[in-house]
Amino acid sequence: MSFWTRHQIFEKNSIVLIAGILVVVAIGGLVEITPLFYLKSTIEKVDGIRPYTPLELTGRNVYVREGCYLCHSQMIRPLRDEVERYGHFSLAAESMYDHPFQWGSKRTGPDLARVGAKYSDEWHVTHLVNPRSIVPQSVMPGYPFLAQTEVDVAGMADHLRTSRMVGVPYSDDQIANAVADLKAQADPDNPGVDAFTKRYPKAVARNFDGKGGIPTEMDALVAYLQMLGTLVDFKLYNEKANLR
Amino acid sequence: MNQSQTAKSMTHGEAGLTTVFAVSALVCLFAAAKALDSAFAFHASLASAASLWALFAIVNRYQDRPAALPPQEINGRPNYNMGPIKFAAVASVFWGIAGFAVGLIIACQLAWPALNFDLAWISFGRLRPLHTSAVIFAFGGNVLIATSFYVVQKTCRARLAGDLAPWFVVLGYNFFILIAGTGYLLGVTQSKEYAEPEWYADHWLTIVWVVYLLVFLMTLVKRKEPHIFVANWFYLAFIVTIAVLHLGNNPALPVSVFGSKSYIAWGGVQDAMFQWWYGHNAVGFFLTAGFLAIMYYFIPKRAERPIYSYRLSIIHFWALIFLYIWAGPHHLHYTALPDWAQTLGMTFSIMLWMPSWGGMINGLMTLSGAWDKLRTDPVLRMLVVSVAFYGMSTFEGPLMSIKVVNSLSHYTDWTIGHVHAGALGWVGFVSFGALYCLVPWLWERKGLYSLKLVNWHFWIATIGIVLYISAMWVSGILQGLMWRAYTSLGFLEYSFIETVEAMHPFYIIRAAGGGLFLIGSLIMAYNLWMTVRVGEAEVQAPAALQPAE
Repeated sequence: MSFWTRHQIFEKNSIVLIAGILVVVAIGGLVEITPLFYLKSTIEKVDGIRPYTPLELTGRNVYVREGCYLCHSQMIRPLRDEVERYGHFSLAAESMYDHPFQWGSKRTGPDLARVGAKYSDEWHVTHLVNPRSIVPQSVMPGYPFLAQTEVDVAGMADHLRTSRMVGVPYSDDQIANAVADLKAQADPDNPGVDAFTKRYPKAVARNFDGKGGIPTEMDALVAYLQMLGTLVDFKLYNEKANLR
Repeated sequence: MNQSQTAKSMTHGEAGLTTVFAVSALVCLFAAAKALDSAFAFHASLASAASLWALFAIVNRYQDRPAALPPQEINGRPNYNMGPIKFAAVASVFWGIAGFAVGLIIACQLAWPALNFDLAWISFGRLRPLHTSAVIFAFGGNVLIATSFYVVQKTCRARLAGDLAPWFVVLGYNFFILIAGTGYLLGVTQSKEYAEPEWYADHWLTIVWVVYLLVFLMTLVKRKEPHIFVANWFYLAFIVTIAVLHLGNNPALPVSVFGSKSYIAWGGVQDAMFQWWYGHNAVGFFLTAGFLAIMYYFIPKRAERPIYSYRLSIIHFWALIFLYIWAGPHHLHYTALPDWAQTLGMTFSIMLWMPSWGGMINGLMTLSGAWDKLRTDPVLRMLVVSVAFYGMSTFEGPLMSIKVVNSLSHYTDWTIGHVHAGALGWVGFVSFGALYCLVPWLWERKGLYSLKLVNWHFWIATIGIVLYISAMWVSGILQGLMWRAYTSLGFLEYSFIETVEAMHPFYIIRAAGGGLFLIGSLIMAYNLWMTVRVGEAEVQAPAALQPAE
């Protein structure tokens, strides 16, 4: 029986055809995806990586909501010009708590993986309100409404709890104090700042948007941008430990 | 049997769906009242209203219909179900124009950022997913549903399976589009490209898609032809694989069942790999396999020639669906994804060139002996040029998946140009060609209102595509080279913003190209509308003379 005659089993039986399709399309995905859940290079632990603070997570959700990832990548490739322009190439560990990941696919604007601490808070606020007031040639939209929108703090603990269920290691303490931590990080005079920095070592509490009162989405977004890429200290980072 | 004497009663489907929609209307109303955010409240209200409408529509239909459901056959000929197909065809034209228009707006926003007007809901970041979803899923999806339902009936010589189910698929799918699209404007997104809709929209789509699969499969099962026609293999692979991809990429945990926000189950590297396994195969199975099915039915039909090689179609079918799945990692070259996965992605992407061109050759060579028709039939020309664009972009794709090429092209407009060569040239043109065939068939017209207008559409859109993709080639390669340019002293030559500034003229050219493409689609809409309104009715062939099977 020739190959072409044998193939008729697929052509004459819809259930066999659908089974054949399922088997054939399953293979590639299984081979490429399954190992990523146990290979060392993809589940590496690197010193300094911590879950996002409530304010940063809120800012990250604003970043997601406004579609920032459509024009800004967060993935520095190990190429000479990128490392010189943006800094050390990105590590897998640096996005391990990212649900979803924000590596992006297009750079209409520059990469943001290490934008943290490069500019002042005021620079970010001014730039987000009107990008062309700082960079005249910019094509970025303005986001003045962020400064006017107060963060909806009520559900913060639920956000942390849900994140924990998908694998971000928030502690009970962090979840219980989510709202307090969110408010403390946006106000350096808040009495809760010490407790906050204990729960999130090296996180910075500042008045990011320069205005008092309830934290705005501008506070949150700037807090997020200012921590991007700052968690790992590359002076201490051991490249050999996670050789891929 | 005398049908008028049968007592009229609700079918299981009618009774079941009436109950489901009644419950759903109440549940959604409750969810709207309890909603934590306004977007969720809006969507829950929409769902409640839609459920009520569906409830009334089913009851209304029941009251108006005769006791017996439409017969499977009339005088020995299949009694085809064309209603849902007509709806999907009209919807595809509507969504197409909407999607192209939003594309034009965001192209202009990139050239003139003041057009964002500092308003959240029309800023680039929210309109861009609206554009991609509108063209891929709303326009493309409706074309696929319309043509698949048409082709599967005709090639199986059987009426579409299910009574309400086909309508559920078509209306349910368009409701998903409505939820997804309005969600983007309100900032509801999970930020996974081409899979942006949030958890509740994903759940709804899963239900609709499973019903779609069942309708398609059950129609295949009751076919009157011994062989399953080639186009149906591709449709089936498209429907099944999209279901697998959708389920794999989207598992998410909502923060609250009364809120729109969720967190995706996958994180970091794993999420990236799932995303581009999904993303590239949305291209491979939605935009390629599905539309190849269109090619396999509409080109032979229009050219009145058999498919060039049946054996080639067998080989290229299995090779295409096997190889495509592996290609995802080429979106993640030089990232934190392990090297071996990147290399696998690249290798399979290059191999993919062969089955892709196998499909192209099979489509083009079907015209053997009928090439002269290209001169007289602009619809066939559109179909054939779409296959040529398919060949071009499936050559460009493997090229760009090579790591060294990708190091230049990635993150630049070259990718955008490549996508649009495929989307406008291949998917767009093959869809237009199919719609130009389908509308006269569905509404039983002798032919199109005007072939001259098709010709205009063809040329205006072609010039638009050429402007678009050449502008993006130049801007992409230019920007890639500027990013990596060094001075003789070893410093980076350009600041990032200088490379942005250099893009400006190309962004204007791109917008002009997109504008022409939009104008072409408006011409098509007018032509199809006039075909339905004033086209000459086709004379019905006498039905009784068919011999029994």
